[in-house]
Amino acid sequence: MRLQLALLSLRRHRSRTLLAALGVAVSGAMLLDMVMLATGMRESFASLLGRNRFTIRVSPRGTLPFDSEATITNAADAATAIARVSTVTTVAPVLGATLHVLDAGEPVTAFALGVDPRVQGDYELLGGRHPTDPNELVASDALLARLSARLGDTLDVAVGFDPQLGTFAGRRRLLIVGRARFLFLSAGDRAAALQLSTVQAMGGVGRRDRVSLFMVRTAPGADVEAAQAAIERAVPRVTALSIAGAVAEAENRLSYFRQLAFILGAVSLIVGFLLVTTMMTVSVNERIGEIAVMRAIGVSRLHVVHQIVLEGVAISLAGAAVGLVLGIGTARYLNSILRSFPGLPDAIDFFLFQPDSALRAIGLLVMSGIAAGIYPAWRAASLPVAATLREEAVG
Amino acid sequence: MNASPLVSARDVHRDYALAGAAVHAVRGVSLDVAAGEYLAVVGPSGCGKSTLLNLLGAIDRPTRGTVTIGGTEVSALPDREATRFRLTKIGFVFQRFYLLPVLSARENVELPMAEAGVAQSERRRRAVELLGYVGLAPRADHRPSELSGGEQQRVAIARALANRPSLLLADEPTGELDAQTGGEVIRLFDRLNGDGVTVIVVTHDEQLAAAARRVIHMLDGRVVRDEPLLRRA
Repeated sequence: MRLQLALLSLRRHRSRTLLAALGVAVSGAMLLDMVMLATGMRESFASLLGRNRFTIRVSPRGTLPFDSEATITNAADAATAIARVSTVTTVAPVLGATLHVLDAGEPVTAFALGVDPRVQGDYELLGGRHPTDPNELVASDALLARLSARLGDTLDVAVGFDPQLGTFAGRRRLLIVGRARFLFLSAGDRAAALQLSTVQAMGGVGRRDRVSLFMVRTAPGADVEAAQAAIERAVPRVTALSIAGAVAEAENRLSYFRQLAFILGAVSLIVGFLLVTTMMTVSVNERIGEIAVMRAIGVSRLHVVHQIVLEGVAISLAGAAVGLVLGIGTARYLNSILRSFPGLPDAIDFFLFQPDSALRAIGLLVMSGIAAGIYPAWRAASLPVAATLREEAVG
Repeated sequence: MNASPLVSARDVHRDYALAGAAVHAVRGVSLDVAAGEYLAVVGPSGCGKSTLLNLLGAIDRPTRGTVTIGGTEVSALPDREATRFRLTKIGFVFQRFYLLPVLSARENVELPMAEAGVAQSERRRRAVELLGYVGLAPRADHRPSELSGGEQQRVAIARALANRPSLLLADEPTGELDAQTGGEVIRLFDRLNGDGVTVIVVTHDEQLAAAARRVIHMLDGRVVRDEPLLRRA
């Protein structure tokens, strides 16, 4: 009967209850968004790095992958040394370069990745096939669109340009054999993947037997930290970075995002709490005579406390349910805006919906609903019954 | 009067502060009410009638003195036990009815039974029975706002009887009713008393006071006259 009374009491002032629940919904949506933002980037980044189960990135010593133009020399030897580490199962080399497509009236530049198509983890095929021949490439949709090219077309490309002479070096004609989504590039980036040997050969002496990084897979359950250390011992001229290390590095660089999310989340929680407290306090003040009579006829303090707290929780739960939908909708919209920033990997999400995060946000809201009901409930339960009845009779 | 009264007040005082000044609402009242009695407490406004009723009903605690009901010194009970005592042993009727507006008449009557842990089917049966007793069975599913003042007061009386109390306390039960509906309530109290319920009413209503078997007069917090066993013809 307590729950029934609580719900009926809320229904008594429908528009006020609705407005309070909507207020909680807005604050809940913001809280959920902030929780999604606080955890989303980290999880999304970790998920991106962990895609295809590559657990370690190996880059030139003292650098982060593609942080600079630096390359690893004697790449073949390095790859062999890394592959000898007992827990390493796959070594995927990657060499980055600027690709100039010369077919169009004006040269079009794109980002080229030299990879081993059999083990690469940089792109996902959307159509066609991998470049199995040295004179083949796969291209991003943005590049194909820019060139008005299709699968089966041949492109005149180069990887070197001398600005003084205005000439291109390392020219080749390459056949487009696939369409691909490049995981570490944004959707609008023009990009192509070629065989590693092709990029090395087109790059001339400066790129011969060099790679920008190795992506390394370790055996399932293997100690990644130990493998990382073993790689650095085997190839002293490299830095090995595990996913955890990369995520920590990214978190360090984006810590202000988390702080902002934490502060805004806390503010929205406090706003929701104050909203419910205010509404419940007003409601209790209006019903002070009824409550005094309930106490007089033998209704326990505990019943009164339960009823008021249940009312607060009911508002919070209703608000949380609406806030969940609102929060997810808002997060998707904000995510689409943020993801359109240039240079961000297509696979990165700022707001990542995770059931755990949603439950955590709803749990926080419900807890704040309980806490919000405590003061008015205490006020209602500690009414001096006789004095209140006397005042009500006079009033 | 029985050797062992149902309600016994001994040298009861109740002082409280009002706007910074001490108010001596009840000053040394001693009173015995036997089981089955029908007592009216009358007196001018502010003479301490309602305060005395609250003390007799364990709603309030005396500043000094004792109140005993059915052998239990209710004035010494901690809040939790006093609340339970009120729930199971005393029925209250108030001037302003104070039904919960969100509940139907039947649900209002069920409330004290639910609080006392009576099973739902049993409390529903008894609520309907009690509403029948006060003549409101057809209005059981109506909300208080759909009932007249007299009907609301009769629902409040049914609620007061829900847990079969031995004592019914009423504070100006006809105060907000016209003469006709007030008369219905008076007849109902009379019937209740006839069925063995001990009734104490605080009232300004001469008709209601005249229906009681005993009337005490209060003035300035004291009992100034006690007219016992005024049986009507």
